[in-house]
Amino acid sequence: MQVTLRIKRFNPEADTQSHFENYQVEVEPTDRVLDALQTVKWYQDGTLTLRRSCAHGICGSDAMLINGRNRLACKVLIRDLGNKIQIEPMRGFRVLKDLVVDMEPFFAKYRQVMPYLVNNDPVPQTERLQSPEEHERFEDTTKCILCAACTTACPSYWSNHEFLGPAAIVQGHRFIFDSRDQLKSERLAVLNDMTGVWRCRTIFNCVEACPRGIDVTKAIGEVKKAILFGKT
Amino acid sequence: MSASAERIARARATGNSFEVLSWFFMRLSGVILMFIVLFHLFYMHFVIGVDKINYALVVQRWENPLWRVFDLFLLFFALTHGLNGARYVIDDYVHGSGLNLLVKSIVYTLGFALLLMGTFIIFTFRITS
Repeated sequence: MQVTLRIKRFNPEADTQSHFENYQVEVEPTDRVLDALQTVKWYQDGTLTLRRSCAHGICGSDAMLINGRNRLACKVLIRDLGNKIQIEPMRGFRVLKDLVVDMEPFFAKYRQVMPYLVNNDPVPQTERLQSPEEHERFEDTTKCILCAACTTACPSYWSNHEFLGPAAIVQGHRFIFDSRDQLKSERLAVLNDMTGVWRCRTIFNCVEACPRGIDVTKAIGEVKKAILFGKT
Repeated sequence: MSASAERIARARATGNSFEVLSWFFMRLSGVILMFIVLFHLFYMHFVIGVDKINYALVVQRWENPLWRVFDLFLLFFALTHGLNGARYVIDDYVHGSGLNLLVKSIVYTLGFALLLMGTFIIFTFRITS
């Protein structure tokens, strides 16, 4: 089938403003948006710039605004979108070129929640064991692939870039509710801030945007409750 | 690491229980408001009828002190819940610290003036004739 891709282009060396360009591509309905974009890049306009690594919904490189919603280009099928598809870079980050945004502010927020296990007990001979129930507590937030679809869909983040954003809070949640972690009070202190969980207004855009189906707003709510009641 | 250390230090320094309490207050007052606002609307619109609301009705209602308590609750929770919501919006969208303070000062002054005025009237209202 023939589809029209309307892609927001920006070349920092030539443009002062971004603009849309249309491309006609021949694709199968079962192709993904990423296939269509690569068809453009490989056969029509080699200057089109985008990120993609694994192309199978795991690495989180190709999150972009597809028909007004944050999606992974490698997970959306053409047949679910129709024959007119508008593609823009994610909102809220500086555009480097075309669909590539500067992710550094995103990872700076990610580092602030200290996304690694801290446990000062003597290192055991075997693994640090955890019961299935204990794992279940934070299983949902382990699914995050750091694609930034949630954070760039968040109006609170758009209005204030000091806000940690949903993705960083999800990463905090993943360790706060991990029975093996020993840095809980510091993690909660990081999130107990006007630029932490309290900037979240439960708008639920993050839940809609997450390509991994993480219940982001619920996770943020659990962190809020943990701060209020002082227990995880 | 330093950025998170900074955040922890800031959280510790300010004690930072205000935001968590304000969040909890919004939940609590929201649930309370749901009942008293709906009851207020139902009572005024269906039991009494908007066309019959006048000075005489207020006088008659406030002869019963329970109505004064009800109105006091309505006033207090609706205003404080609304003011806190306004604070959220101002913090979200008014970025300059000077402008932020100015807008908040105006909104808070207005809000607390209304709160004081309302409370004063509820406690002191008498028929003078």
